[in-house]
Amino acid sequence: MVTELAQAFAFPFMQRAALAGLLIALMCALLGVFVVQRRLSFLGDGLAHAAFGGMGIGAFVIVSSGLLTHGAAMLRNPLWIAVPFALVTGLGIAWVRDRTELSSDTAIGVFFAVSVALGVLFFSRIHPDVNIGVNVMDLLFGSILAVRPSDLAIIAVVAAVSVALLVALWGRLAYATFDDELARTDGVRSRALEYLLFGLAAVVIAVSATVVGIILMAAYLVIPAAAARIWARSMIGMTGIALAIGTITTLAGLAGSYLFDLPTGSAIILTQALVFVVAALTPRR
Amino acid sequence: MTVAGPAEPAGRTRPVPAIHVHHVSVRFGDAQVLADVNFDLAVGNFLAIVGPNGAGKSTLVKVALGLLRPDQGHAAVFGRDAGDVPEQIGYVPQLKTFDRSFPATAVELVVTGLRRRWPARVRRDERERAVAALAEVGAAGLADRGLARLSGGELQRVYLARALARRPALVLLDEPATGVDYLAEHDLYDLLERYQRDSGATVAMVTHDLAAARYHASRVLVLNGRVFGFGLPDDVMCDACLQEAYGHVGHSHVPHTHTPRARG
Repeated sequence: MVTELAQAFAFPFMQRAALAGLLIALMCALLGVFVVQRRLSFLGDGLAHAAFGGMGIGAFVIVSSGLLTHGAAMLRNPLWIAVPFALVTGLGIAWVRDRTELSSDTAIGVFFAVSVALGVLFFSRIHPDVNIGVNVMDLLFGSILAVRPSDLAIIAVVAAVSVALLVALWGRLAYATFDDELARTDGVRSRALEYLLFGLAAVVIAVSATVVGIILMAAYLVIPAAAARIWARSMIGMTGIALAIGTITTLAGLAGSYLFDLPTGSAIILTQALVFVVAALTPRR
Repeated sequence: MTVAGPAEPAGRTRPVPAIHVHHVSVRFGDAQVLADVNFDLAVGNFLAIVGPNGAGKSTLVKVALGLLRPDQGHAAVFGRDAGDVPEQIGYVPQLKTFDRSFPATAVELVVTGLRRRWPARVRRDERERAVAALAEVGAAGLADRGLARLSGGELQRVYLARALARRPALVLLDEPATGVDYLAEHDLYDLLERYQRDSGATVAMVTHDLAAARYHASRVLVLNGRVFGFGLPDDVMCDACLQEAYGHVGHSHVPHTHTPRARG
């Protein structure tokens, strides 16, 4: 089995999948602890679907403006449309939270539904005979085994920027997550931080979702952090455990999917779920 | 170029008050929460802010802390915006704002009082100072306890240790006794008095406990939207004064205000 696995990870596509998965696990561990502690677990789904809405609008604009020859290239790399749309949506959710008494899940729910509706609406307006060069289902579900070198480069850049920001702001973000008001009395600009957190989450989620798919992205954001919360006694411990779970389940999931011929995304998510079940069954101290 | 004003004669310079609240008014929609609130609290006092529910006590604390910008007027702490002097203020919030699902130990919360950021790792010197602050409030044994495992009274001590760890010149407490039993409440007031005596600090505390206000405070602010009285406890806490302030929101019964035990 060891030889088989060594063979598997010798394939460039497996190496790219592993690298992409590990980078996403890293970003999501750092982001996920704040997402889980701020009760924003649906943010991953919401923003990933916002990216889908953006792609629908982008595809429609490209096709109807007659730019398909050039636009097809853009659609094959849908990030350029998905990221700005997700960013606007992320900041929109933060704005609704800021301006109204609505809770996060309500704000996310509204934007989630509208984004999917927009995506479906605009894709439906594209004549079925027009070849847009990509499969809509691929946009929605992605595949971690189909990660291209260019995707990997983009993920690496986003990971570098987001990890640098999250590490630099960690003490402020954790303080504001614990108690927004208390943090403000100590000079933490928690409102600006919240916009930054939503903006950053939007970019990370949109980039990851277009590469590995919405469902896997949402799992990376929530499951490792949720399992880590059960075991951890401190925020930094929670971050470390989430990172360890993300890393181990990525590699285990990829290996499992290769050995047992399972869909890779499902294998990774189910491995994460297994760890979560173990955490939930751990006797409480 | 700056032009110097006429020099104050020696000894006649007015000392900067610990808390300066200047004609502060706050509206939330249609509701006038604070109307023209105006007072100066001199350094070294123990102020109790009393008044019925909805009197604007917590709103006044938020204005003083710079968390809420008033519609009119302004507030200052030691002559500056509170946001400019966070290291001089030790704030103890209402315990109900606390999120029990947050993974943290008592010592980490106390370290926020020193570092003004959430600690990823507590340094040794920070830990020593934090444990000393916890010992000061009789909670040294709680240092490594998870926040979710603390009782209301224990949590309140940890929050107090957090506020006192930075040796603030002003301690501001918003209903610190909520959810705490009577004995713990009196321990808290005694601790505050001791800190004030030893450090010369100013204490301002929102409380529902009129007896405690009369017993511990050197100044009392009776508030119900506007100021009904500000001064020495005996002067502003007469039954008629309180009746006026509390009666305003339909309270038919003025709370019992006699001291629970003999002074001294």
